[in-house]
Amino acid sequence: MTNDEVRTTKYEPVIGLEVHCQLLTKTKLFCGCETKFGAEPNSHTCPVCLGWPGSLPVLNEEALRLGIKIGLALNCEISGRLKFDRKNYFYPDLPKAYQISQYDMPVNGKGWIEIEQRAESREQRENQNPMPSALCSMAKRVGITRAHLEEDAGKLLHEGIKDGSLVDYNRAGTPLLEIVSEPDIRSAEEAYDYLTSLKAILEYLEVSDCNMEEGSLRCDANVSVRPVGQEKFGTRTEIKNLNSFKAVQKAIEYEIKRQVEMIEAGEKVSQETRLWNDDTGKTALMRSKEQAHDYRYFPEPDLVPFSIAQEFIEGLRKNLPELPQARTNRFTKDFGLSPYDAAVLVQEKKLGDYFEACVKEKANSKLASNWIQSELLALLNTAKKTIEESPVTPQALAGLLRLIDNNTISGKIAKDVLPLMFETGKSADAIVKEKGLEQVTDTKLIEEIADKVIAANPKSVADFKSGKTTALGFLVGQLMKETKGKANPKLANEILSKKLASLKKISK
Amino acid sequence: MKTFPQSLKEARPGSRELLESLTQRVHELNPKLNAFLRWNNGSHLVPEGGVRELSLAGLPISIKDNICIDGLETTCASKILKGHIPPYDATVISKLKNAGAVIFGQCNMDEFAFGSSCETSAYGPVRNPWDLERVPGGSSGGSAAAVASGMTLAALGSDTGGSIRQPAAFCGIVGLKPTYGRVSRYGLIAFGSSFDQIGPMTRTVEDAAILMNVLAGHDPKDSTSANVPVPDYTKSLRRDVKGLRIGLPKEFYGDGIDPEVRASVDQAAKIFEKLGAQIKTVSLPHTPHSVAVYYIVAVAEASSNLGRFDGVEYGLRVPAQDLKEMYFETRDQGFGQEAKRRILLGTFVLSAGYYDAYYLKGQKVRTLIREDFTNAYKEVDLILSPTAPTPPFKIGEKMNDPLAMYLSDIFTIPANLAGVPAISIPCGFTKSGLPIGLQLMGRAFEEETLFRAAYTFEQETEYYKKKPNI
Repeated sequence: MTNDEVRTTKYEPVIGLEVHCQLLTKTKLFCGCETKFGAEPNSHTCPVCLGWPGSLPVLNEEALRLGIKIGLALNCEISGRLKFDRKNYFYPDLPKAYQISQYDMPVNGKGWIEIEQRAESREQRENQNPMPSALCSMAKRVGITRAHLEEDAGKLLHEGIKDGSLVDYNRAGTPLLEIVSEPDIRSAEEAYDYLTSLKAILEYLEVSDCNMEEGSLRCDANVSVRPVGQEKFGTRTEIKNLNSFKAVQKAIEYEIKRQVEMIEAGEKVSQETRLWNDDTGKTALMRSKEQAHDYRYFPEPDLVPFSIAQEFIEGLRKNLPELPQARTNRFTKDFGLSPYDAAVLVQEKKLGDYFEACVKEKANSKLASNWIQSELLALLNTAKKTIEESPVTPQALAGLLRLIDNNTISGKIAKDVLPLMFETGKSADAIVKEKGLEQVTDTKLIEEIADKVIAANPKSVADFKSGKTTALGFLVGQLMKETKGKANPKLANEILSKKLASLKKISK
Repeated sequence: MKTFPQSLKEARPGSRELLESLTQRVHELNPKLNAFLRWNNGSHLVPEGGVRELSLAGLPISIKDNICIDGLETTCASKILKGHIPPYDATVISKLKNAGAVIFGQCNMDEFAFGSSCETSAYGPVRNPWDLERVPGGSSGGSAAAVASGMTLAALGSDTGGSIRQPAAFCGIVGLKPTYGRVSRYGLIAFGSSFDQIGPMTRTVEDAAILMNVLAGHDPKDSTSANVPVPDYTKSLRRDVKGLRIGLPKEFYGDGIDPEVRASVDQAAKIFEKLGAQIKTVSLPHTPHSVAVYYIVAVAEASSNLGRFDGVEYGLRVPAQDLKEMYFETRDQGFGQEAKRRILLGTFVLSAGYYDAYYLKGQKVRTLIREDFTNAYKEVDLILSPTAPTPPFKIGEKMNDPLAMYLSDIFTIPANLAGVPAISIPCGFTKSGLPIGLQLMGRAFEEETLFRAAYTFEQETEYYKKKPNI
C-alpha cells in the first residue's frame, strides 16, 4: 500500500468545526458602538466595550434576534432561557480579562444541516470541474452541537511597531455566533462542503457578511483519526489560524496525514492546539494540553438570565427567508433545471437572484441557467466583477435569450452579442439591429446560397455521395460562412440535406 | 468652629458659606481622620435661580472612591488605579448632579472595598471620629467618618457584605443598603456584582430618604437594575410602628456578640415593642453559613471583576521585558495584600475541579438563604439584629486575623446574599462612648417600611443628636 492508501483505507478521520460568525448588527453586543469594519483604530469604542471600571453590559436585542434566526435555520432547539457566562483569561485584546459568552445554556442547542456527500461524485470531479457542494444527489446530515452568542475581542497590531504592540478595540464587543458542529465530518472535502453550505445559509439569512478576509467568518477545526471500524475517537488536535475555506481543507488534509504517520510510526498523537501556516502548508504546535487555559466559566452576574417568549421565537421562524435547500428544490421543480444547475445557481444567493430576475423577464429558464453559468460568469471572471456588478442586467440578458428563443439570432451570434452588451451596456436588440445580425430565415435565399455552396465544393459533394455523411457538416459550415453566420442553422441543415439527397438520387 | 447645619434638610438650599465652612472643617479634621482622599477646595459652583428649586441644590455630597466621576481621579483606594480618571459619570453621580448636588469630596475606603476597617486602603487607614485609635469600619469607612465628623452633609457608600451598614454603625450614623437592583450600579467599580449596591450614608433617616428619592430607579445602562416604581420615600417618615411585626432571628443571637451591643439591641427591641410593634423570634436556618458562602461567591466575582486591572489600558503599568512579566509585576505591585488574598481565593473556587464543590455549592446555599428570608417575611415585616457583633475595634487589632475581620460582617452579609434592603441606625453607646448600630432588614423593594421603623426609633431615642467630640 502507498502512504495515501494507508491513510484512506486503514484510518478514518473525525472532524468537527467551530465557526465564528460575526452578526450583522449596527451596534455591538453590549453597547451602542458601531460595528463597521476598517474604521480609524479605537474610534468605535466606549467605556463598556473598553471594559473601563464601573461599566456594565446591556444586551443588544438585534443580535439575539439574528442569533436565533441562525439557530432556526440550522434546525436547532432554541433555548427558552437566555443566560450568559464569563470566560476568564488574560490577553491584551480582551479588555475586561473575560469574554462574555454562553457556557452551559447556549441560545441554540442541538441542530443539523444537510451537505452533499462528495465522495459520491469523486469520479466526476476528477474528470470535470469541481462540483459545487449543493449538488446533493446524496445529502449528508452534519449535526450542530450548539450555536451560542458571545462578544469578539479587539485586535493586536504588531507591524511597524518597534517595542511592543498596539491594540485596536474597534472589534471588541462585536456580536459573534459560535457554531459548533458535531464530529460528524469525515474528510477535508466534507469540511469544505460543510462550510460552503453553512455560508450559503448565513448569506440567505442576511445575518452576516461572511467575509473571511475581514474576519466576519472564522473557523477552527478539531481533527482526529481512528482505525476504520473503531468506535472510540482518537486524540484530537485543534487547528487555528484558518483564513479561507481552502485553508481549512488543506490544513485538515495535512493534519490527517500527520496524525496517521505518527500512529503508523508507533507514536502517540497528543491533545494540543496547532497553528496552520498557509505559506509552508503545515501545522505547528501552539500550546499543549497542559498549557491550555482554565477559563473559570461562571454565570455573568451583570446580565440577569431571562426567558425568551415562545411567540418571539415563532415570529422569527415565520419570517425566515427561503433557504438554499428549498430554493434548489424549487429551481429543479419549477424551472426544470438539473439538480446540478440548480445547486450552482443557488449556492451564491445573488446568482440565484440574477437567474430568477432573468426568468421573470420571460427568458427560457434552461437557456438562462446555461448562459449565466457559462458565458456570463466567464465574462465576469475576466473582468473581475461580481454578479451584482454585472454591466448586463438580468433584464438585458433576458432580452438576448428571447432573441435566441424566437430564432431572431442563433446561439452562435448571441455569443458575439453578449460581450458587446457587456462592454457597451446596450441592449441585445439594439446591437443586433445595428449590426444587422438577424437570422436569415428566408428559404429562397438559403436555397440560392446552398446551390452556390454545392457548386463550389464538388469534392465534398462527391464525398457525401459516396457515403461520407460528415461532408454535410462541412457544407453547412460553408453555408453559414457565406451568410456570416446569420442563416438559421436548422434551415440551412434541412435545405442542404434535401438538395444533397436529391443529387444522390439523380446520380443513381 | 463655625456652626454648620446638621442635616440636608436644615441646609437646604446650599450656600457658599456652607461650602466654605465645610471646606475649612475638612482642612482641620481630615489630617486626623484621613476620611477624604481628595476634595474640591472650595471651587464649587453654588446654584442660583431656578436651580435652587432642585431637591439637593448646592448641597455637598461626598462619594466613596469606587464610584466613577467624570474627569476626577477615582482609585478604589488602590495603587493600581492611582491617577485613573474615568471618562464618564456613574449613574448615581449624574442623578446627584441633576438634582443640583455639589460633589464635595471623594472618600477613603478599603482597597476595592475589600475590608471591614478601612485599614486596607493603599492611602493609609481612616480613623474613627469617636476614638482616633479605632477603625471607622469598612469598607465605606471614609464616607462614614466624613459624615459623622461633620465634614460633609451626606455621602454615598457601597455595600457588598455590610460595607455601608457596618461603618455607619461604627460611626454612629445612618446607612442604607437598598434592595439589589434598586439603585443603578453603572459606574460603581465592581467588587461582587451580584451583591453590590450603592446607598446613602447620612446623619438622619430623613436625609437617607431624601437621597434615596434621587438615587433610586431603573437604569437602562444596568441590566440588573429593577424596573420597579420609586415612591416618595420622605412620605414614609411617620412616627408609627403600631402593628408592625418585627422578627429577631434566633440564629443571630448566639455567642460572639459583645455584651454591650447585645444589651443595646435588646433595649431597642423593647422600645419598638413599647411603641406598638410586635416582637417575635424567627428562624433563618441557613444564615450560619452566610460568611462562608459570601467568601466563596463574592470573591469569585471579585477575582473576575479585577482581571481588567492588568496594566494594559489604564492605571498602573510596571514596565517589563514581556507581557507575562508586565502582568505579574503590575498586579503584584498594584494590589494590596487583602486584594491578592481575595483574587486568589476567587480564582481557586472557580477553577476546574473545584467549581462544583465551592462556587456551585455556594450558589445553592445562597438560594436557601434567600428562601429563609422569604419564609421569615411571611411572619414578620422586618428583621432586627445588631449591625455588627462588636463596637469599633482598635486599629491593627484584626489586621493579622482575616477570619476575625470577616466575622465583623456576620450580621450584614445575609441581606446581601438575599438581595433584601437593610438599614443601620444608631441605637446607643458603649460605656466608653463608642456608637452601637441596629440593623433592620426588610422585604425586597420595601425600603419604605425600613424608613418608617427607623424614623420612629430615631425620633424616639434621638441618639443622632450626639456628636463625636473632635
